[in-house]
Amino acid sequence: MIKTSSKVLVKGNEAIAQAALNAGCKCYFGYPITPQSEIGEFMSRKMPELGRTFVPAESELASISMVIGAGTTGTKAMTSSSSCGIALMQEALSAMVCAEVPGVIISVMRGGPGLGNIAPAQGDYFQAVKGGGNGDYKVVVLAPATVQEAVNLTYRAFHLSMKYRTPVILLADGILGQMMEPVEFGEYPYEEIDTSAWALSGAKNRKPRFLVSLHMQEGEMEAITNRIFEKHDLIAKNETTYEAYQTEDADLIITAFGTVARVAKAAVKKAREKGMKAGLFRPVTLVPFPDEALHNAAKSAKMVLDIEMNKGQMLVDVRSAVFGAAPVEFYGRPAGGLITLEDIYGQIEKRLG
Amino acid sequence: MGRIVIDKESCKGCSICMEVCPKHLIHPSSETNAHGVNFAEFKDAKNECLGCAICAHSCPDAAITEVYKS
Amino acid sequence: METLVYKKPECLKKDGKFTFCPGCGHGVVLRMIAELIDEFGIQGDTIAISSVGCSIFLEKFYDLDVAGASHGRSPSVATGIKRSLPGKFVFTYQGDGDALTIGLNETIHTASRGEKITTICINNTNFGMTGGQASATTLVGQVTKTTPTGRNPEYVGYPIHAAEMVAKCDGAAFVARVSICSPASIKKAKEILKKAFEMQIKGIGYSFVEVLATCPTNWGMSPVDSMKHIKDDIEKVHPTGIFKDITQTEAR
Repeated sequence: MIKTSSKVLVKGNEAIAQAALNAGCKCYFGYPITPQSEIGEFMSRKMPELGRTFVPAESELASISMVIGAGTTGTKAMTSSSSCGIALMQEALSAMVCAEVPGVIISVMRGGPGLGNIAPAQGDYFQAVKGGGNGDYKVVVLAPATVQEAVNLTYRAFHLSMKYRTPVILLADGILGQMMEPVEFGEYPYEEIDTSAWALSGAKNRKPRFLVSLHMQEGEMEAITNRIFEKHDLIAKNETTYEAYQTEDADLIITAFGTVARVAKAAVKKAREKGMKAGLFRPVTLVPFPDEALHNAAKSAKMVLDIEMNKGQMLVDVRSAVFGAAPVEFYGRPAGGLITLEDIYGQIEKRLG
Repeated sequence: MGRIVIDKESCKGCSICMEVCPKHLIHPSSETNAHGVNFAEFKDAKNECLGCAICAHSCPDAAITEVYKS
Repeated sequence: METLVYKKPECLKKDGKFTFCPGCGHGVVLRMIAELIDEFGIQGDTIAISSVGCSIFLEKFYDLDVAGASHGRSPSVATGIKRSLPGKFVFTYQGDGDALTIGLNETIHTASRGEKITTICINNTNFGMTGGQASATTLVGQVTKTTPTGRNPEYVGYPIHAAEMVAKCDGAAFVARVSICSPASIKKAKEILKKAFEMQIKGIGYSFVEVLATCPTNWGMSPVDSMKHIKDDIEKVHPTGIFKDITQTEAR
């Protein structure tokens, strides 16, 4: 067990796992894949000690379905995986949204497409945010930039998942998973959510309940889908989170998420030292996306530069949010190509220097 | 002696009960139910029913809802 | 003096009607499961997991809590539920398409882990709900929508023998194949299902019952001929019996 009372130096993957324990995660189901295998390894040691459940699943199809099973009973459950493994979970994520089953999915991105490589990348923004499952659905997606934030957002992932009865994806990349940073865990900061009104427990002295995703009556599926999207409107209203760093007077606003954003922040600082008015807008919730805040920030800027470790995925949402308030440009490297401070500074200098 | 109760609206007329009844006391009705099915009808003029419930246990639609024995 | 010797089980919805084709075996098995839940008095402590196929509409028929699963993943959903609520009776209701074709991996691994759940697998040797395509258990020579000239093993391979395979899993406590082709076999099937339920209720372990069931519509046979087809043809390929019972092994 990691000492959680004071500041400790801990690897991202293990920090996420420890945060899940602190959040009261009762069940972990997972299948190994680099660069997140430490999460499952950590859980295999800790869960039995705590009298909780660790099941090494036969596949990601199975592990997410086990999360669904636990979720239907109102039990906090989690799985973790990476790119190709998360791809296998898409059908279940769609079903989970439809049946309104909670669950936390840790996605530590590797390079793709295909089996790709095990280098850090952000090529699974679309996979998490737009989803590869069927039908109209949305999951909540949180994107930490530091190990400390990964801890905080793991807590929040459990909270939002139970509060809104929805799958929540914590979208990290291989850098965050593998890097060690000082962290303060503190205690799980959220109140426990009462699940007794909907969780399955056997229909004793009450009407039977069902949490399923097939609804064949005319109009039934349409009504459910509308209700789920109304719920997402509420989530957007209540939970949208972002970081705006020196955007107020910025000529150039960089948009970035996750670890790229912290590199961008350093580049912004350097640019400011040289007298160039750069700023950083970092969505923390990728779903719900902070459209309004970004649009308002972009109004006073001369341009927006989206930077990602991919070929331009969040770019779609950035353009949609900025919506003509400023021109939007893009710089990115896919499939494990790392973006350095110098790269970003060079991009700023090219435009403002 | 026995008797059975058939929920005619649950019956789909598959005729399995008619086949398995050891006394052949179940037959298709000349009337139809709401689904247009000539539902199974129990006729036991000679009080032959054994109350064995084989019909109920074989019915794929749980349409034989009660079986009595006396 | 008249006594009630049979009554439609309480666990079935009062106004619920099975929505299967006439003569479909699903109704017989679903009713037997309902009878057993009544007999064991576990209606308020049972969670059923529906699967994809004709087996899907459990919540329309049962007064039980029901969780849905993606195609083939009911045993995984059951695992999550049982691990969360170990005191509850948790069963999956699946077809041969779900449990033995797309979901064979989950079936085998759940058995091997010895999850204390019960799987009831309806084997009617085809994908019923989608209109009768060949499944993993389709007999050699059987005509289906996707084996129009009969299953040719040189071309599409051989049927999977599920109960035999599951019985090989060290974690399985009770594995059987039953049929519902006659009043006698239905009675026997109920006894075996009862044993499978007891395996979980007594906390002994994983139980799996494969039920050879009729699919008159997709077989192109009358309900009565379908029952004969099970006896004459299917049971020759997928023989009935208890393939594993650790309580008996220990007794020996």
